[in-house]
Order: sequence, then structure tokens, then C-alpha cells
Amino acid sequence: MSTTPTDRRYAKSHEWIKDEGDGSYTVGITDHAQELLGDLVFVDLPEVGASLDAGGDCAVVESVKAASDVYSPLSGEVIAINDALDGAPETINEDAFGNGWMFKIKPSDPAELNNLMDAAAYDQLVAEED
Amino acid sequence: MPFIPHTEQDVEEMLATIGVASIDDLFDEIPPALRCGKLEAIPPGLPEMEVSRLMQSRAKADGQPLCFIGAGAYDHHIPAAVWELTTRGEFYTAYTPYQAEASQGTLQLLYEFQSMMTALTGMDVSNASLYDGASALAEAVLMAVRANRKSKSKRVLMPRSLHPAYRKVVKSIVRNQQIESVEIGYDPESGLLDRQELETHAGEDFAALVIPQPNFFGVLEPIDELTNWAHENGMLAIAVVNPLAMSVLKPAGAWGETGADICCGEGQPLGAPLASGGPYFGFLCCTDALVRQMPGRIIGKTVDLDGKTGYALTLQAREQHIRRSKATSNICTNQGLMVTAATIHMSLVGGVGLQRVAAACHANTTRLIEALSSLPGVAPRFTGAVFHESVLTLPIETKRALRALAAHNVLGGFDLCEDYPELGDVVLVCATELRSDEEIETYRSKLQRVIESQVQTPCQLKPDW
Amino acid sequence: MIYEHSRAGRRATAQAPLEMAELSGIPAELQRQTPPALPQVSEMQAVRHYTRLSQKNFAIDTHFYPLGSCTMKYNPRACNTLASLPGFLSRHPLAPETHSQGFLACLYELQEILKTVTGMHEVSLSPAAGAQGEFAGVAMIRAYHDARGDTARSEILVPDAAHGTNPASAVMCGFKTREIPTGEDGDIDVEALRAALGPQTAGIMLTNPSTVGVFERRIKEIAGLVHEAGGLLYYDGANLNAILGKVRPGDMGFDVIHMNLHKTFSTPHGGGGPGAGPVGVSKRLEPFLPVPRVGFDGTDYHWLTEKECPDTIGRLSAFAGNAGVLIRAYIYARILGREGMHRVAEYSTLNANYLLKRLMEAGFTAAYPKRRASHEFILTLKKQAKELGVNTMDFAKRLLDYGVHAPTTYFPLLVPECLLVEPTETEAKEDLDRFVEIMKTIQNEAETQPEVVRQAPHTMPVRRLDDVRAARELDLAWKEPSQAG
Repeated sequence: MSTTPTDRRYAKSHEWIKDEGDGSYTVGITDHAQELLGDLVFVDLPEVGASLDAGGDCAVVESVKAASDVYSPLSGEVIAINDALDGAPETINEDAFGNGWMFKIKPSDPAELNNLMDAAAYDQLVAEED
Repeated sequence: MPFIPHTEQDVEEMLATIGVASIDDLFDEIPPALRCGKLEAIPPGLPEMEVSRLMQSRAKADGQPLCFIGAGAYDHHIPAAVWELTTRGEFYTAYTPYQAEASQGTLQLLYEFQSMMTALTGMDVSNASLYDGASALAEAVLMAVRANRKSKSKRVLMPRSLHPAYRKVVKSIVRNQQIESVEIGYDPESGLLDRQELETHAGEDFAALVIPQPNFFGVLEPIDELTNWAHENGMLAIAVVNPLAMSVLKPAGAWGETGADICCGEGQPLGAPLASGGPYFGFLCCTDALVRQMPGRIIGKTVDLDGKTGYALTLQAREQHIRRSKATSNICTNQGLMVTAATIHMSLVGGVGLQRVAAACHANTTRLIEALSSLPGVAPRFTGAVFHESVLTLPIETKRALRALAAHNVLGGFDLCEDYPELGDVVLVCATELRSDEEIETYRSKLQRVIESQVQTPCQLKPDW
Repeated sequence: MIYEHSRAGRRATAQAPLEMAELSGIPAELQRQTPPALPQVSEMQAVRHYTRLSQKNFAIDTHFYPLGSCTMKYNPRACNTLASLPGFLSRHPLAPETHSQGFLACLYELQEILKTVTGMHEVSLSPAAGAQGEFAGVAMIRAYHDARGDTARSEILVPDAAHGTNPASAVMCGFKTREIPTGEDGDIDVEALRAALGPQTAGIMLTNPSTVGVFERRIKEIAGLVHEAGGLLYYDGANLNAILGKVRPGDMGFDVIHMNLHKTFSTPHGGGGPGAGPVGVSKRLEPFLPVPRVGFDGTDYHWLTEKECPDTIGRLSAFAGNAGVLIRAYIYARILGREGMHRVAEYSTLNANYLLKRLMEAGFTAAYPKRRASHEFILTLKKQAKELGVNTMDFAKRLLDYGVHAPTTYFPLLVPECLLVEPTETEAKEDLDRFVEIMKTIQNEAETQPEVVRQAPHTMPVRRLDDVRAARELDLAWKEPSQAG
């Protein structure tokens, strides 16, 4: 298991979100989440241009025996999606925090970021779940 | 005790092991006030020979009339081997293939079924069945509403020339999700979907257009134009087809420029006996793009640990046991055994065989139309070309005609007056490959007598039909 | 693959007309250019192929099949033979009532039997399977509230252990669902239920005995609470076998129920259907029952349709549902008769409790050890998974090697590493004893040579399949080699 990167924030529902410094934020699911799901076989991403609410379901990740909704950590507009996941969902299993990113969002209220956890708090959450 | 193997000694030993005195003690967690008494209203049990006698007499009571009714259920020859094999205990008494390694028979057969249905319909993928043709259409409508991201309306266009029962079933299944079917009339001359009325909806927001082939009147629709029209207007094209007709008609996957998006229908003509309307099976095929919106079981080919080919349930994350409230459908048990029969049926009859059956149905129905139209006042109601059914105008009240024919053990067709009162006295008739020239002549001569008696009797002594 | 036996020009010639008739009336542009690519095989090749395929299945007729919640009991052959009499098979669904009295009599009497055995006021036979019965039931709940102008009821409650069809059916009827937790003793958490009830509650869907295999003891209290809140109670008949002839859903306070005839009334499971899911209702829901139903005026039987039942939720299939399944269930009910109905619950419960006791004595862990088993029970293999690295899936696969179909695995979701075991009343004591010995053997293997269990099955036509590949590299239909990518 990889260590939890400290350059981003985390949601209780196991998404990460990273400030790219250009007004856009990248979203994915954590390594812990992909491990719980097992081998992913499909990822359903939102459409570019879609407007999301913080905490609203916006994507689905499927393994053979489970399907899990992905919730947007922030409100805002989807400005890019990771097309490479289409046909290669295993990328999330292999590199959840990197190449397995799911979409980029332009937040309408970046202050919502304060509702999310840092890496240490997330690690503690995961430890409590076990 | 029928079907219960326990001896008295078994029961004693088992109770001793459990540590209770009687079987009744095993129900001690159930509040006594809830326990029911003897079910006196249920008759006492019968040995097999008594039940056999009863069922023989019940089956006999319904006669075996000469059948010229189609209307969604068709009397076809089924090769003897089909049900001999289908009722083998290994198919008949297995369940949904949850343990793939111990269910390769069912799984491979379903994969073969999916292969045959895609060949027949020209679509990319098929599921492993739904309940029947009507509920399959309801599922197709739900699927189209989910899948058509361009459309926000939750409305579909539904021709009145589609089977009335199908329209009713769609309504009962989709209405609670606020999905609306907007009906399109038919052309009173040709019996085809009314193009002018359809045109009034051009540019409006609908998720799909439903296109029957043939339609309920037996008439063949201009499927290429309708499919293109749907696509030009941002709608999905849902084909509702007779699978036997597909063997000689342009397959749904080849309709228009890009083909229908979803193709569904009633599988009964592929090996299911009439049997009072069921069990039959619904089939549902679609394009690759829509596969994840498909309801029902889907089987995929894969390999085992040694790289050997095997078959397994796949894309299960769409289904209720995983996705629960967000599943594509609530369907669990489908019509597996009927699909077993259909797969064996298609293997035995083959592509060319199905074409011959279809052509024989067409030819017999053409003969039937000619024979009946030779009677005064009887004529085809519509001008459109038909596959194996046709609407005929009658010179007498349809109800009376059909009752009189039935009294002579001829089922003369389906009365349309309830669903299409505007058509007056008409009847929907069908002659499958099973109807011989003699049987057609029987129908003609009986109808002739019925017409003559009704037209001539000036009703002093009204026969009580 | 049947296609591998296919050769261009080969045909089972006896099975179609000898010649191709003219398609003269059909415009060329509507016709198909080439015959569909179905297999081209001889009759014997097809018979041999499908016979061999059948032999790759486990089935009730060949193996012990204790698949929990599915009631895999013996399917009497008489039911099939008699339902296949020519008079039944050749009857057109739209045949007039004059030519349907024998058939309608069977359906009417089946309605009456099901009413009696469930304690419901009226029954409709038309739903084609359990899930369609659920849909019909929830749609009736909706219709009932709507008819009273009580339109704010938007929520259906389901226990967290419910079968997935429950929430899926509720959503198909336009409801939201809310989950109610299960308590440690297996009964529903009544306090949580109390808190969840409100003016938004349309109803609750319950199985009793529940999906965890125990009888919901506070059912009367639950019924009272839900009714007080203005909601209705839905009974999922998946486990009706456990109480047939002992307790009736109607007496427990349920307003609407479905039955799975392919479970409780022993119609064949057919490799995944057809089933039949008749629904029964209390008096206030009768107007909404799906059509068609069968009526009797003392002399003749007749259909009841939209005309007689204007408030019906409508039709669910083009004709009258899975008629042939209904006939089989009717025959089964007549053979069993009233005494036989009582025995179903008695002996299925005896078998389940005996098997549970013996497995516990052999060292297996029951999920609810303090509770009486109903007709089924749950084992948890948590210990084996943790200590031996052999999980429920491994046990399940190894059972196949010993000639037993695996019980239901990993359902209900709230019990970790679970096996849901339902032996049914038609299994003999010695077969149950054999199952215990097999489980002991596998336990021993898990302790001494766990790899054997982890790699199981070893004797099936295939070893464990690559599910991930099946889903990632979709291959859903055979294609001619030239087309294959």
C-alpha cells in the first residue's frame, strides 16, 4: 500500500482532490478505496461541462462484485475527464493517486475545501474502519 | 408423505440431535397467537393417478380448436428434440448459474443464445432474456430514457399500431417513474404508422421512437425511414420485432443509416408452445454503446486458471443484487428454460430453416386472405404489405362471427373492436406454417355459412350465441 | 460451441418445410439479404451437443443443492408431464372463454389455494417472477396512497439484509428507499424503525423469516408501528417455504405479498426461470391488483380485466403471465393437499435445524447461534478466513468437488464470510449427514492442505474463471472467425 500523499485533501467517502494551482482541481479515489473494491472493470465518468454539487454522486467505479458511487468533493464544473480510463480501468488499481485520476473540476466555492480532511486525518479514518 | 423422505426413526433421531421433543417445538419462536389452524379450505392431497385423471379432463375440456389467432402468440412446429432436451433434469432443475464451474452447461448455452439472437437481429449484443415481449419493451423504454443523454423529457413515441397489450404493459411498468408514452396514430388506408402525425413531433424532445416490425396489424413498416427519422430528431430507435420474421426481413441492426439502437420482442415463435400465453421469453438486444444500460443477465466468454475457455455471468454491477436501488432493473429470475428451448430450436431449424418457416407462414396467410376475401363483404382492411397476419373486414358483427366459428371449433382470429373501435367489424387473422390448405378451406367454408346465416336470418329466431 | 459443428449447407432437414415459399408480397427493400448466421448442424449433432452441455450442470435432479433463499426442492415430474398435456400446450392465450374452462378452473382454484395458505383476501397470478411480484406489490402501495390523495409518501423502508430486488423494485415504482438496520439477534432494530417512520413512509418490505434465516418475532409490533404511521406492509415471499401451513402473512398483518411459486410450490428453476410471482392483498388493496385475474360465477370461469377492475395497476405481461408455471404449481398443490402444505414448513424446518445443529457440533460457527433456524440458516467462516486463509468462496468451490452445489455465498451482506444453507424438506437425513461429513473433510483440508481448498474446484469442466477478464474484455457473442477481432 502506498503512503497517503500530503499534497491534497480527502473526503470521508474516499475521494482525493488536489489543487493544480491553475484554478483547477483534480479528483480521484484513494488507494485504500481501490483496494476495497478489487480489480476494477469499468469507470463511468461525468461529462465535461457537467455541474456538480459537493457530496453529490458524479461517477461510478465497478469491480466484478461491487459498484461504488464516487462523490464530488467540491461543487463546480467538470472541465476535463481522464479518457485513458476508458478501456484501462485497472489504471486506478495500479496508480490511484497518479495516472488513475478521474476528472478535473473548476470549483464554484473553493472554501468547501476546508470541509475535507488532510492526509493524517484520512489515515486515521482508514485505521478506524479496519 | 409425498416428496418427503423421512421415516419415523429419522424424525426421532433428528429431534434428539436438535434437543427438542417434537417438530412443533421448532416453531417456538413464533408467537402462538399467530399460528394458523388447519387449512380446511384446501382440498386433501391426491395421489398422482387421481391428479392425472383430473388434469386429463381439464385439458380435454378446452378442446383443441383449429387456431387462426396470432396477435402476439403463434402456433408453430417445434422439433421433438427441443423439449426432450430442455426438460432434461440438468437443465430443468438447475437455477441461475451462480457457481460458474458447476453451471457451464447453462452458461455456454446462454452464450450461444446471445450469439444466435445477435445473428438474427443484426445487433451487437443480447441479454439472456426478460419475461416476455411486452415487459421487454417496457425495459427497453426505461433503458432508452436512461441512455439517451441528449433527451431530458422522459417521453417516448409509441405507435398505436403496436400491440395494444404491449402499450398497456409499458404504461403500467413505466408510469411510476413519470415516463410518458405519446401515441402516434396509424394511416387508415395503409395500416402504417401515420407519418404526417409523426412529423408534427419533429424537433421535439423524446427519448425514443418505438418501431414495430411487423406492426400489430401484420403490416410491414418502412423501417429505414423511421429509424433515420428517429436519429435525425435525437431519439433512439427501439425495434419491436417478431424473431421469426427477422429471418426474412431486414434485421434491426441494419435499419436506416446506422441501425436500430435497441431491438426487443417476444421469443415465443422460437420453440415455446402457445400454452395459454406463457411461459414465453422476452429478448432484448442493443448496440455495444448501450450494453451497460441493459437490464438482465449477460454471459461473457472468458478463461479459467489454466487458460481454458469458460463462460460466466458478467457486467453484474448493473444488476439488483449488487447495485440494489441503482440497478438497471429489478429483474432477477428470468425465463432461462424457455431460452434453453429457443437455443436448441434455432440450432435444429437453422437460418435457412427459419426462413422457410417464415416464408411458409407468409404464403399460408396470403392463401388465407385470398380464400376468405372470396366471400362477399370480406376484404383486407389495409393496403400495406403484410408478413403473416392481416386485418380483414367482415360483413357481420365480428363478435358474432367469432362466436359462431368457435362453436364449430374454429378460432377465427382476434377481434379488434375493443382496441380499435374505429375500424368497425374487422378481425386479425393469422395462418402459420402449420395451417394446411384443408384447414384454410375449413375456415372459409365455415365462415361462409356463418355469414350466410347471419345475413339471411331476419332475426325472428335469434340464435343465442 | 454449437457453431464449431456448423458446416455451410448442413441442415437438420426434417425440421422445416422442404421448400422455400415465395415472399412475393414483401417489398424487396424490407427483405433480408442473407440468411441469419445460425448454426448449420444435423439433428444428431445438436442433440449430442446439448445433451453434453446439460451434463456440465449441477441440478436438483443430480446433486444436493442447498442454495439458501432459493428453495431448491424436488420438482415432481408429474407437474411437468400433466402441464404438458396437448390441451394445455395448444391453448392460444386469446382463445375464447368457451374453450378455456379447464384451464381457467385450474387458475381459479390455484388463486383460492394461495389465498387460504397465505391468509390474504384476494390473489392475482399474473406476475411472471418474484421481482415482478414485488414491482406489482409496491405499485399497489403507491396506487393505494394516490387514490386517497396521500401523495407525500415517497419512501419505502427495507431492512439492510434485504434481497437486492426489494430496493430495485421500490425505485422502479418511483420511491426512494431507506435502510433499517438488523439487530444482533437477527431481528429488525425496532427503535431504528420507529425513528425512520413518518408521514413520508409509504411502506416497508419485509421477508419473514428474514433473509438472515430467523423468524421476526416482533412482527405484530412492527405491523402496528407501520400502520400507525400510515404505511403498508409488504411481504417478500422468498422464504414462504419456512412457514407454509404454520403462519400466514395475512395474520401477521401484511397488506400485500408476493409468492415465488418456483420456490415454495416447486415449479422448476429452469437454469434461471421461468418463475411465477403471484401477489396477494388485503381487502383495501384489492381494487389495484394486476390483471388479468380469474373469476367464477358459480357455473363458468371468466377473465377479470381492466373492464371489471378499473383501478388495477394494469398488465405486466402481454397475456396472463407464466401460465404453464401456474399449472405446475396447481398440480403440486393438489398432490400435497392441506396436510402436505403443513408438512412443507415442518420438514424444511426440521432439516435446517438438524443440519445446523450437526454443523455446530462439528465446530462450525452459526451467525445466530441463539436462534432457532427457520428453513435455512447462516454459517460464518470468518474464523477460517482469518486463521487459515481459506474463505467462504474457497469452501463453496471445494463443495463442488464433493458433488454438492454450494450454498448461497456472501449474502446477506451484513454477515461476513457467510454461507446461507437451505436444505429443503425433500432431502433425506442421510444426505444431510453426508453434507456434514463433507464440510468436516473440507475443514480438515483447510487446516492441513489449504492450497487444495484455495485452488478448488479441481474436478469441474473448468477451474476458477477469470471474472475480471470477462468484464474487461467483453466477449458476449460468437463471431465468425473472419469477423473476430
